Amino acid sequence: MTTALPISLQVNGERIDAQVLPRLNLADFLREHLKLTGTHVGCEHGVCGACTVRVNGDIVRSCLMLAAQTHGVIIETIEGLSDSGEIADLQAAFRDRNALQCGFCTPGMLVAAQDLLLHDATPDRERIREHLSGNYCRCTGYQAIVDAVESTAHARMGSTP
Amino acid sequence: MTAVSATPEALSVLDRPNSYIGKVVPRPNLERLMQGRGLYVSDMELPRMAHVVFLRSPHAHARIVGIDAAAARQMPGVIAIVTGEQLAAVITPWVGVLTHLKGLKSAPQHAIALDRVCRQGEAVAAVVATSRAVAEDAAEIVGVEYQELEAVTDMRTALDPQTPVIHPALGDNLAFERNLDAGAVDAAFASSDAIVEAEFVFGRHTGVTLEPRAVVADWNPAEARLTIYQGTQAPHMVQNIAALHLGLEEAQVRVVCKDVGGSFGIKVHIYADEMATYALSKLLRRPIKFVADRVESFNTDIHARDHRCKGRIGVKNDGTITAFEIDDLTGIGPYSMYPRTSAIEANQVVNLVGGPYMAKNYRARARVVFQNKNVMCQYRAVGHPIACSVTEGLVDLAASRIGMDPVEIRRRNLIADDAYPCASPSGLRFEQLSHHASINRLIGMMEYDALRAEQAALRRKNIHRGIGIASFIEVTNPSAAFYGVGGARISSQDGVAVRLDAQGSVICQTSITEQGQGSESLTAQIVGSVLGVSMARVRVILGDTDNTPYGGGTWASRGAGIGGEAALQAAKVLRKNVLDVAAAILQASPAELDIVNDAIVNADDGAVRIELRELARIVYFRPDTLPPGIQPELMATRHFVPREYPFAFTNGVQAAWIEVDTDTGFVRLLRHWVVEDCGTIINPQLVDEQIRGGVVQGLGAALFEKCIYDERGQLTNANMADYLVPMSGEMPDIDIGHVVSPTLETELGAKGAGEAGTAGAAAAVANAVNDALRPFGAIITEIPLTPQVILTALGRI
Repeated sequence: MTTALPISLQVNGERIDAQVLPRLNLADFLREHLKLTGTHVGCEHGVCGACTVRVNGDIVRSCLMLAAQTHGVIIETIEGLSDSGEIADLQAAFRDRNALQCGFCTPGMLVAAQDLLLHDATPDRERIREHLSGNYCRCTGYQAIVDAVESTAHARMGSTP
Repeated sequence: MTAVSATPEALSVLDRPNSYIGKVVPRPNLERLMQGRGLYVSDMELPRMAHVVFLRSPHAHARIVGIDAAAARQMPGVIAIVTGEQLAAVITPWVGVLTHLKGLKSAPQHAIALDRVCRQGEAVAAVVATSRAVAEDAAEIVGVEYQELEAVTDMRTALDPQTPVIHPALGDNLAFERNLDAGAVDAAFASSDAIVEAEFVFGRHTGVTLEPRAVVADWNPAEARLTIYQGTQAPHMVQNIAALHLGLEEAQVRVVCKDVGGSFGIKVHIYADEMATYALSKLLRRPIKFVADRVESFNTDIHARDHRCKGRIGVKNDGTITAFEIDDLTGIGPYSMYPRTSAIEANQVVNLVGGPYMAKNYRARARVVFQNKNVMCQYRAVGHPIACSVTEGLVDLAASRIGMDPVEIRRRNLIADDAYPCASPSGLRFEQLSHHASINRLIGMMEYDALRAEQAALRRKNIHRGIGIASFIEVTNPSAAFYGVGGARISSQDGVAVRLDAQGSVICQTSITEQGQGSESLTAQIVGSVLGVSMARVRVILGDTDNTPYGGGTWASRGAGIGGEAALQAAKVLRKNVLDVAAAILQASPAELDIVNDAIVNADDGAVRIELRELARIVYFRPDTLPPGIQPELMATRHFVPREYPFAFTNGVQAAWIEVDTDTGFVRLLRHWVVEDCGTIINPQLVDEQIRGGVVQGLGAALFEKCIYDERGQLTNANMADYLVPMSGEMPDIDIGHVVSPTLETELGAKGAGEAGTAGAAAAVANAVNDALRPFGAIITEIPLTPQVILTALGRI
């Protein structure tokens, strides 16, 4: 409660100025204030990974960060990463492999998978499974997701799996 | 995916050139989900929409002495605080019983408790405010005085005379009992060389849909119409129930189902808080949104599988299984859920135990008792995992007793592939199953003998690995026998309307729903194949009671088999109608023409005669140029429901390869195999991914998932950090093979595949763990197989 704080930040390349209550978390700020509903809220306590976004290049659980902490930062959500084309190949691999069913975990999963591929160009299946262990999926059983991330890594390295 | 056909397939409308049937094609709806541009109920906003938060009981059983909301009502942003009594003026209570479950009883349930709460998490007041945060703030200062009552929590003592009766008007805590005695069970046990008994214990768990349950209810007083936006699997069922209890005609209720963030049976029921949300919208004359938070989800989403089942098997030294006997006990919470009831799971256990096997002697008792815990009801693979774990656990114990290999005892007892049609001792009718073809294929895929050799070699190095096998049957394509005959207004038929629009594209409205299984894709594949239209030109509309035919929705593995057949039949009619018009335009006979790649072609040489786009232009804009008397009908509707078999049974077999760390009690899943027979495969990738996802939910039950209640009825792990679900790091790769025995009841031949994975996964893992622990003489018949359970069995703690 108390009084709202002014923040100024960049979200998906757009400058945002807002007044936010200190208790407002980043996930709710993105969803309810900016209407960026691609960031999903699954558990609200930092376990499920559905709300994963990129803040200054690092992946963050937006339910565990306060909007008030985002003054001056650069945020990229699934909408921005989709429009920029940065993860187009990863999304195509998810589509071809049917690596999503209900799709609720998928935005967070894609953000987390892209983070892995940016830091480790040639992850093996075990490494992929480990990196994605903070992102719950109740539909797929994970194998298709691991396959899609693996094939994207291979394609980016110019080889076929 | 690889498949072998158990029965030769005849040519059908599905075997046309460019057919999509049996092909991997991407689902049409993936892009929006991957770009974060789907529309889940939790994303929705409407003008004047308010948010409701339910104040929920912290006690498992208590009398509500008083509610003081005066201070909360004064908080800025608070719109209303509504008690059960106030809401009861708008919505009537319900009782979750069905007449075909003889003797099933339950007590009236209210949308919000009136004077007593019977479980932790039961709503006692609704706080409506301009935002969820404000509503939560206000809920904190609503004072509720409770007088705690004794809680009935242990199902084993729920029927004892000294245990309080939760609903005195019902006389006792027994909700339902079913007894079955088939064949000559006593004589069969007497003739056995060995009898093995065990008690199987299952952890109460829940579905943990990643999107919690959510509703936006919008009562428009000017239209006298309620629009319900809800991620439900069964929109017409919700329409019926909402109308019934709000005193409306069904035509006054529209249910819209957009994207759904996981369902698994969790979202096929009618929950009290959802009913309260509909009623609040009517009461307050504005849109009301309810989104459960994760703690609420654990406390109020239906739980399942809380069973203790005593089992007994008789076997001869040659491996012949003589009889099965079970005594199943389950605690379902204080009410039978509505409208599908909470007796179905135990009923399924009775139906399914021993189902894959030839033994004709079977006795079963199942008792369903009330308790002061959250309600239990149907969750993915209802009853199957319990029946499979009991059956397959007993078969392994019998094999071990007589010194026979687990695969060999199954081969000697599984119903022969040429013995169909036949029936089980519990009366299930099987059209065509393929247990032997399936297990043969599984053994080949997993290289069983080599794996046994590897197991033996590793044993010498003190590495304890195990192989577990589990055969199973699965109920799919349910007819009216499931709910309709018991009086529930839950449709078992589905309908599909297909039309050619003015640019020659196809609009297809279906009553099945999509929660990620691929309903939209399989409908487009079938319609596109039958019509000769490319999938890109088929648009599928589902999840809207105003805009689809009437039907059951997607649950019990019915979407492909029932909704798919309706799509096929509707497309056949439209195809004929299109060819009739084409023949009139081209002055040919319909038999000389075909539709291929979005165009009318000559049936014999394939030459293009007229594009569908052009045909549609003529029909819609220049009908004056058509011959006299021709009235084209470029829309066709067909419905389908199975009539010959109450259920289309499928079968399959799973195998697990695991390693137990006997120092820590941890189980490592190394590999998992499934061979499944769901009849005609419409999209192999979708089938395989349904099975994989189902297996992993079963693996969660096997190793991790359990709602842990204390003796006072308090759920102690109602959050995602303490309630463990499978994560990618600990799940194995899963190999899948198929045997194909189409059902002859439909032209499509498809049976369901949504629950096969969940049905047998835990049984395979439990058998594998016991196989690994065999040298230690430890036998475990309890899941989840936590380190504590394993170390206890090993005598280490």
